[in-house]
Amino acid sequence: MKILVCVKQILDPEIPPRDFQVDPQCLEAVRGSASLVTNIFCENALEMALQLREQCGGEITAISFGSNSAEDSLRKALALKVDAACLVLNDLTPHPASSVVARVLAAGIRKLGEFDLILVGRESGDWGAGQTGGLLAEELHFPAVSFVDGISVEGDSITLQRQTDSGIETVTAKTPLLATITNNDQNVPRIPKTRDIMKSGRKPMTTWSLADLGLSANDLVGTTEIVDLYIPEKQTNCEYIDGDTINDKIDAFAKRIEDVIRTL
Amino acid sequence: MINIVSCLLPLFEFDRATEGLLGESQRLAKALGGSHVVVIAGHAEDSKVSAVAEYADRLIVAEHSDLTSYQPELCLSVLRSVCASLQPHAILLGSDTYSQELTPRLAHRLGGCSAGDIQSLAVVQDSIHATRPAYGGKAVAVLDMKTSPAVVWVRDRSMEVAVAGEPAKIERLQVEAENINTTKIVDRRSEESSGQRLEDASIIVSGGRGLDGPDSFEDLRQLAVTMGAEVGASRAACDSGWITHSHQVGQTGKKVAPQLYLAVAISGASQHMMGVSDAKIIAAINTDPDAPIFKHCQFGIVEDYKQIIGPLQEKLASSLS
Ligand SMILES: Cc1cc2nc3c(=O)[nH]c(=O)nc-3n(C[C@H](O)[C@H](O)[C@H](O)COP(=O)(O)OP(=O)(O)OC[C@H]3O[C@@H](n4cnc5c(N)ncnc54)[C@H](O)[C@@H]3O)c2cc1C
Repeated sequence: MKILVCVKQILDPEIPPRDFQVDPQCLEAVRGSASLVTNIFCENALEMALQLREQCGGEITAISFGSNSAEDSLRKALALKVDAACLVLNDLTPHPASSVVARVLAAGIRKLGEFDLILVGRESGDWGAGQTGGLLAEELHFPAVSFVDGISVEGDSITLQRQTDSGIETVTAKTPLLATITNNDQNVPRIPKTRDIMKSGRKPMTTWSLADLGLSANDLVGTTEIVDLYIPEKQTNCEYIDGDTINDKIDAFAKRIEDVIRTL
Repeated sequence: MINIVSCLLPLFEFDRATEGLLGESQRLAKALGGSHVVVIAGHAEDSKVSAVAEYADRLIVAEHSDLTSYQPELCLSVLRSVCASLQPHAILLGSDTYSQELTPRLAHRLGGCSAGDIQSLAVVQDSIHATRPAYGGKAVAVLDMKTSPAVVWVRDRSMEVAVAGEPAKIERLQVEAENINTTKIVDRRSEESSGQRLEDASIIVSGGRGLDGPDSFEDLRQLAVTMGAEVGASRAACDSGWITHSHQVGQTGKKVAPQLYLAVAISGASQHMMGVSDAKIIAAINTDPDAPIFKHCQFGIVEDYKQIIGPLQEKLASSLS
C-alpha cells in the first residue's frame, strides 16, 4: 500500500485570545511570539498512516506546501519514520486559497508517482476552511470519504469508519481513495523519540519549487480571496457567584440554574 | 436568469436547520433579483417536499433509483448534473456532515468556488461575499467568492428562517449518474440515542480535561439527568477516551444552541467556544478565575468541581421536583 499524507504547518492555534492579533494590511494573523506547529488533523492523519503501515506494510510519503519553515513539519514526520518527504516551496502569496493549495498538491503528487491512499486533515487550525481535501480529490479524480477516524485494509479493499452527525458510519471503498481525517482516541499522535528526531535532520527530502511542477502564476489564482479579517468584539460580564461558605455559593449557583430551567 | 440553489439531501428533515438554509437562500436570491430554486436530491417524503414548496420559486426533486439514502459519489453526481443545467450564481448547503463533504467537490465539478461554516452572505458590487470564522473563532474572515457558482455550506441553525409564499410546482427529474460505485456506506450506527440530539438540546452540561476521568463523566451524567440536560464534552476530554466523540462540542464537533450551557472544568478555548456561540446563557465551574471561559459566561463559580457537582445535583433535585 502506497500512502500519502498531506501535512500543513500553521501558527499555534492554541495561543490565548489575548495574544492574538491580525494584520489588517496583510489580512492574516500576526505571528508574534506564537510558535509554528503541524496542524493537529494532519498529525492525526499521519498517526493513522503509521498504524496502517504497522498492520499491512507499505510506504508512507509526507508532502507539504508551504514556506521554508514547513520543512520542520516534514522533519517531524521523518522522525516518526515516514519513508519519504517532499516540500513544495510556496514562493507566492503567504496564505493561498484552498483551490490553489489543492492544485499545487495535485501537481506534486502526480510528480511523486501513484498512491493508493491519500490522507488529508479535515481542516486546518488556522483558516479552518475545510476545503482542501475535497478539492484535491477532484483534482486527482479520486473518490473521497470525509471525517474518517478508522481505516482497515484488505488487498485493494478498504473499510473506513467515519463520524457523522447521527453517529458512526462504515464505508467500503477500493483504492485509490482520498480520506479526510478527524480525531478520536485511537489516532492521538505519537511522540517521536529524541534519537529519531536527531536522525531525521540527516534524512533526504525532496524540495520542489512551483516552477519545478510546471505551475505558472496563472495556475495560482485562487477562486476565493480574503477581503477582510478582524477580531469580533464580544465580551460578556461574568458574575462570579460569591458567598461566605461554599454551601452558600452552591445555593446561589443552584438558584441561578433553577431560574433558567424554570423559564423553559 | 439568476438562480440561487438550496440543496437538500436524501431523507432530509424539515427542521430548524432546513428553515435557516432556505431563509438564507431566499435572502440572497432577493438581493440578486433572482429566483430561489430548491433541489432535493434523492428520496424524500411527500409531506416534506410539499412543506419545502412554500419557500421555493422552483422545486426540483432529482431522482435516481439508487438514491434512497445518502451515498457520497452518487449524490455528488446527481447534484452536479442538476445544478449544471441551472447555471446558478450560488449553491447553498446545510451544516450537516454530508453537506460539508459535498461542498468543495460540487464546487470543483461546476468550475466554481467553495467555502464552509458561512455565517452570512452579502452581495457587494455584484459579487458574493461570505463571512466565516477563522483562526479557531478568534477572528472573522470575509471571502470574495470569485468564480461562479459560489458553493457554500452555511450555519443553518442560526440563520433567520424562510418566509412562506405561494407553493412552487414540484418538478420531478430522473437523473443519470456516473462513477458512483467507488465507495459505499454499508452501515450507520447512531450512538447512545437515549436522549435528544445535542444540537436540539435546550440544556447541556459539558465536561473538560479538568475532570478526573471517565468516572467524573458519570457524575456529570447524574447532574444532567436532574437538570433534564444532555452531556457534552471538550475535545481534550474526548481525546482522553473519557467519552465518545459524538459528544464533542466545538469547531470540529457539534454546534449547539441550548438555553443553558454549563461548562465544567473546560478552559474555554476559542475552538470550543465556536460550538456554543449560539447558546443563550453560559455558566461555568472552574478553579481558575482567569480561565477564558469566564469571558463568555453570564455567571460562574470558581471552585473545584468535585466540591460542587454532588451538592448541586442534590439541591436541584429537591428544588426542581
Ligand atoms: C483545529 C482545531 C480544532 C479544535 N476543535 C475543538 C473542538 O471542536 N472542541 C473542543 O473542545 N476543542 C477543540 N480544539 C481544542 C481546543 O483548542 C482546546 O485544546 C480544548 O478545547 C481544551 O479542552 P479543555 O478545556 O477540556 O482542556 P484544558 O484547556 O486543559 O482546560 C481544563 C480546564 O479545567 C480547569 N480545571 C482543572 N481542574 C479543575 C477542577 N478540579 N475543578 C474545576 N476546574 C478544573 C482548568 O482550570 C482548565 O481551565 C481544537 C483545536 C484545534 C487546533
